[in-house]
Amino acid sequence: MNATLVIEWVVKSLVIILVLTGGFAYTTLYERKVLARMQVRRGPNRAGPLGILQPVADGIKLIFKEELTPHNADKFIFTVAPVITVVPALVITAVVPWGREISLFGRTFTLYLSNVNVAVLYILSVTSISVYGITLAGWSSNNKYATLGGVRATAQMISYELALGCAYIGPILIVGSMSLVDIVEAQAGVWFIFLQPVAFLVYFLASLAEVNRAPFDMPEAEQELTAGYHTEYSGMKFALFFMAEYIKMIAVAMIGVSLFLGGYLGPGIDRFPILGPVYLFIKVAVWLFVIIWVRATLPRIRYDRLMALGWKVMFPLALLSVMITALVLLFVES
Amino acid sequence: MTIMQIIFLITASVTLFAALMVVSTRKMMHAAMWLILVLFGVTITFALLETRFFAIVQLVIYIGAIAILIIFAVMLTRRSMNADVPQVNRNWWLVMVSSLALFVGLVTVMSVWEGFFVTARTAPPGGENLVQLGTALVDPNGFVLPFEVASLVLLAAMVGAIYVAAERKEK
Amino acid sequence: MLSDWLYVGIFLVIATFLPFVAITLAGILGPKKPNRLKSTIYECGIETVGETWVQFRAQYYIFALVFVVFDVETVLLYPWAVAYNQLGLFAVAEAVLFVLILFAALVYAWRKGALRWF
Repeated sequence: MNATLVIEWVVKSLVIILVLTGGFAYTTLYERKVLARMQVRRGPNRAGPLGILQPVADGIKLIFKEELTPHNADKFIFTVAPVITVVPALVITAVVPWGREISLFGRTFTLYLSNVNVAVLYILSVTSISVYGITLAGWSSNNKYATLGGVRATAQMISYELALGCAYIGPILIVGSMSLVDIVEAQAGVWFIFLQPVAFLVYFLASLAEVNRAPFDMPEAEQELTAGYHTEYSGMKFALFFMAEYIKMIAVAMIGVSLFLGGYLGPGIDRFPILGPVYLFIKVAVWLFVIIWVRATLPRIRYDRLMALGWKVMFPLALLSVMITALVLLFVES
Repeated sequence: MTIMQIIFLITASVTLFAALMVVSTRKMMHAAMWLILVLFGVTITFALLETRFFAIVQLVIYIGAIAILIIFAVMLTRRSMNADVPQVNRNWWLVMVSSLALFVGLVTVMSVWEGFFVTARTAPPGGENLVQLGTALVDPNGFVLPFEVASLVLLAAMVGAIYVAAERKEK
Repeated sequence: MLSDWLYVGIFLVIATFLPFVAITLAGILGPKKPNRLKSTIYECGIETVGETWVQFRAQYYIFALVFVVFDVETVLLYPWAVAYNQLGLFAVAEAVLFVLILFAALVYAWRKGALRWF
């Protein structure tokens, strides 16, 4: 461990966080544009050419907005809840590889930050912590809608976490490692979406529920809960919740791409390793497009059906997929 | 003192302080928050011992699952945010004496064990070997019995819990 | 080497810094003109009735309980999955047994109506 290494880490962390923050800003624009096109509208197009300055305008507006705190809220928890929500969303991406090694300024860099051998479990643990921000936000507002939204979110997220946890096991069984770098490299021949179609489907649906996206956006169901857990939030604190949701979207897309769609791999990656992040970017953009498309198409699921889907369909299906994978692997080997 | 020792001392004191707050704060939801901080402190302690698997399992199970269970339990409780409920009952001195006795007894029993005075070993570089751990879990000469019994214990725990909770639900 | 954890620690510190700065900045730059009406809670314009922090229904608690059990199970399956390539038929059968027992637990919870929302 030396100073250069620490500086490299700090620089890499800063780059990742800045990329994610920028990614968040432009995902909001991307979503608005795609949704608009699907509804035969144009979407935001006033701020800058094609509306590309819209996120900047939104951000500046939010900074200068007054922040309200309800007088009977739990003030301290009310203030820290947005921070607790954003931090796991950012931290979860620490183990996702962006590419192989590249040479820059006469030094060889790895395009991943840390090749932890428990990467997948790390992702699972950070996901399970990210529940708290929403629960606490809803609870501390002392607002009935917000509390109900927060509690609903918690119950929903823990239910789908099980299916999510089982969906990760399929790729681990095939590769025999929990490191995401190993899992991506093992997909050089064939992507795991073809070997693990059930696990992929479970992951996709469960990840939508984890980030509270349509059709699983019960915690913020406008018609019945006003705005759910962030009813009382305004200004920058509201923006942080918004940011956490979009960064989580990007994060689950990155993780899903690495687990099932070959991550940073693509044609010509052996000759030009710099293409790694480009392939990752394209795949993530496609994944995000599908998430937005689902939101434009499907109505919201009723809450009891949502819980039933998680417990009675997805979780048994994911467990079954793990067992079948194990048995097939046994036959293939012998 | 090395950096590691300083980090350890900070972690340990924060954990102990949070543990004190768990039992002394008057609002139950705040006590649950402090408990999460305690569990997080234990996670960092595991990380300082250079284990990866156990640090993360601590996060997944204790903070990700059990603390949520406790928060729901607090929400089940009436008047969870009332600060005017008395904190101790008449028998507090009895509890104090018996917990002191328990503490002394545990330390006495443990000090007989030779491992008590050994400085904790850290895991080898690169973290513990997960393949070894996985093999040992299902090895007939290893821990296969505890592994299978664990699933039975989990089953029993759930049956009991559902039984008790279903009773409560019907009321 | 603690390098991996140190890395995650650095990342955590930087990641905490960002929302912290955002909140502080907005706190300094934003206008502050509170009044009594503004800081009441928003429940669609109607004055709030009764307490918010009330007793929640037991169903949430039951779901959390069942979740704890299966979460422990999932975590125990991870080291088995990593070591799978080095294991024999016997080990696979044990894991299948492990999962089957828990599957029985799921069926029990299902039949008892613990997974039913109403």
